[in-house]
Amino acid sequence: MSDDIIIRIRDLKTAYGDHVVHEHLDLDIRKGEIIGVIAPSGGGKSVLLRAIIGLKQPAAGSIEVFGKQLETLSEDQRSEVERRWGVMFQDGALFSNLTVRENVMVPMREHTNLSEQLSRELADMKILMAGLQPDAGPKYPSDLSGGMRKRAALARALALDPELLFLDEPTAGLDPITAAAFDQLIRSLQKAMGLTVFLVTHDVDTLNATCDRIAVLGDKHVLAVGTIDELRAFDHPWVQEYFGGPRGRAATGH
Amino acid sequence: MTETSTPEFALETSDEETILHVSGDWTVRTVQAVDADLRALSHTGRVVLDVSELGQLDTAGAFVLDRTARQLSDDEPEIRGQHSVADNLISQVHAVTDVEEPKRKRSGGLIDMLERTGRGVHHVLQEGVATLAFLGETMVTTTRLLLTPWKLRWTSIVAVMEEAGLDAMPIVAFLSFFVGLVVAFIGATTLRDLGSQVFTVELVGYAMFRELGVLLTGIVLAGRTNSSFTAQIGTMKMRQELDAMQTLGLKPMEVLVTPRIIAMVVVTPVLAFVGTLSGVLGGIIVSWLTLDINPTLFLDRLQNTVPIEQFWIGMSKAPVFGFVVALIACRQGLNVGGSVQSLGSKTTTSVVQAIFSIIVIDALFAIFYMEMGL
Repeated sequence: MSDDIIIRIRDLKTAYGDHVVHEHLDLDIRKGEIIGVIAPSGGGKSVLLRAIIGLKQPAAGSIEVFGKQLETLSEDQRSEVERRWGVMFQDGALFSNLTVRENVMVPMREHTNLSEQLSRELADMKILMAGLQPDAGPKYPSDLSGGMRKRAALARALALDPELLFLDEPTAGLDPITAAAFDQLIRSLQKAMGLTVFLVTHDVDTLNATCDRIAVLGDKHVLAVGTIDELRAFDHPWVQEYFGGPRGRAATGH
Repeated sequence: MTETSTPEFALETSDEETILHVSGDWTVRTVQAVDADLRALSHTGRVVLDVSELGQLDTAGAFVLDRTARQLSDDEPEIRGQHSVADNLISQVHAVTDVEEPKRKRSGGLIDMLERTGRGVHHVLQEGVATLAFLGETMVTTTRLLLTPWKLRWTSIVAVMEEAGLDAMPIVAFLSFFVGLVVAFIGATTLRDLGSQVFTVELVGYAMFRELGVLLTGIVLAGRTNSSFTAQIGTMKMRQELDAMQTLGLKPMEVLVTPRIIAMVVVTPVLAFVGTLSGVLGGIIVSWLTLDINPTLFLDRLQNTVPIEQFWIGMSKAPVFGFVVALIACRQGLNVGGSVQSLGSKTTTSVVQAIFSIIVIDALFAIFYMEMGL
């Protein structure tokens, strides 16, 4: 059973100076699930994501991804791990001096021996898979709308067929229809490619539509992990308000 | 990392169908090995894809399989054999890539080059007109604010003066000092042959007072202050801060441009003065060390032979240089578009234009004063 756990966080502590963001945080993420992470604003969702992918050095505790602790790995082993995941940042973080297609080709150029022609074809396919029009490839990120930029960022995150996908606020700033389409896209990609998805979000609709399990962060650690129904029964004022509030009720149909 | 095996394929052709047997792992890291061979396959007719031997498969592998199937046959491929994901992945990939390739406009060669030349010339003219327009707008705003000085933003003027003036003082002083050294050395060595080393004093005096002190200051400002102004304003533009200002009733011209212009006009003469003095100091040191002209003698001769007009000629250019540097910086900053790339290119343009303008304006001044007989 332990082999099924793809990310294992134990007793994590992260801090910026004196400001402690997480303390004694434990979380397991299983292979093949979509896990949503919710927290109040400023509750450390994005920091947790940054800690897992190694952009933020934890102050204490351990994070194992694919059974390996990132800090203990050599440069090469680390890049080996890094190419098994894809990350989509909150506002895309596309390279603005490259076209969308070149953005998607960057990881292929870095990590594979694919020829220019084949990687171009594959990039075009990823762009289509992410739900963009075929003519989006030669455009620059500044020519795209917010929703298209997110799709392009998703295409780049998927470039190497990762086993693990990190999404930071994938639907923030999108209109409800686009957001719903994005939820569906994540779900169908997850099914097709057998992905494990780590999703940071504020959006109750996204949680409801995509996530297998939800982790609630609060008071610097994980308050609860479970399905949306389990969480609704969970006795904590913030969780109750989150799912019991007008938006939460509307989204989950209660 | 799990071990991967090389992908392999074999084609088995019979009368009614072609069977493509695939084996090994077909993933983004391995498919390159068979890509070229697969592309070489030619059209056959009905195709069956046998995936019973297939190892790992991801979307890249599925894409290559689907592309090959399309290349071999116009019909949908039949997938034969058991595989955990092949069916699903290939049909997913097939569905998304089943679109018409958008037609791309292809052009090049002579016409393309002529077009670019035309656009370039047009762009230069446009730049000139736009700069003049901006100059006019700046003049109007600045004059209006100067007539109503209580509306001026004194805090930002003083802040810019500190950042662009005081903080630039060491570098201006250093550069001028070294240029003063160099000028004096050139004078000392060449004039020695004529036996008139003492004229080094005049050389240093005329050069630093009239030209080099202020020119060096202008160039340092064009590199240092100009780029920082463009980047500051450009970043604000990029992050829509300027739009926010406008909706709050603040005019970017008044808030950002005028304080910078006024501060630079005031502070550049001060910098030029410091630069000139350090240049002369460099001359004094060289004269003392190599020509045995002691500082007292140097200064005495400087006072007697170099008229004070030379100093004022130099200083008269300083506010103009300051104005031009600030003007170009603000204009390019406001021109920045939405991307990081445009910020970079506008900053470069800004510095290039500023240095260019400073040298051209300096030459115009030289002609003007020569005609005036000074």
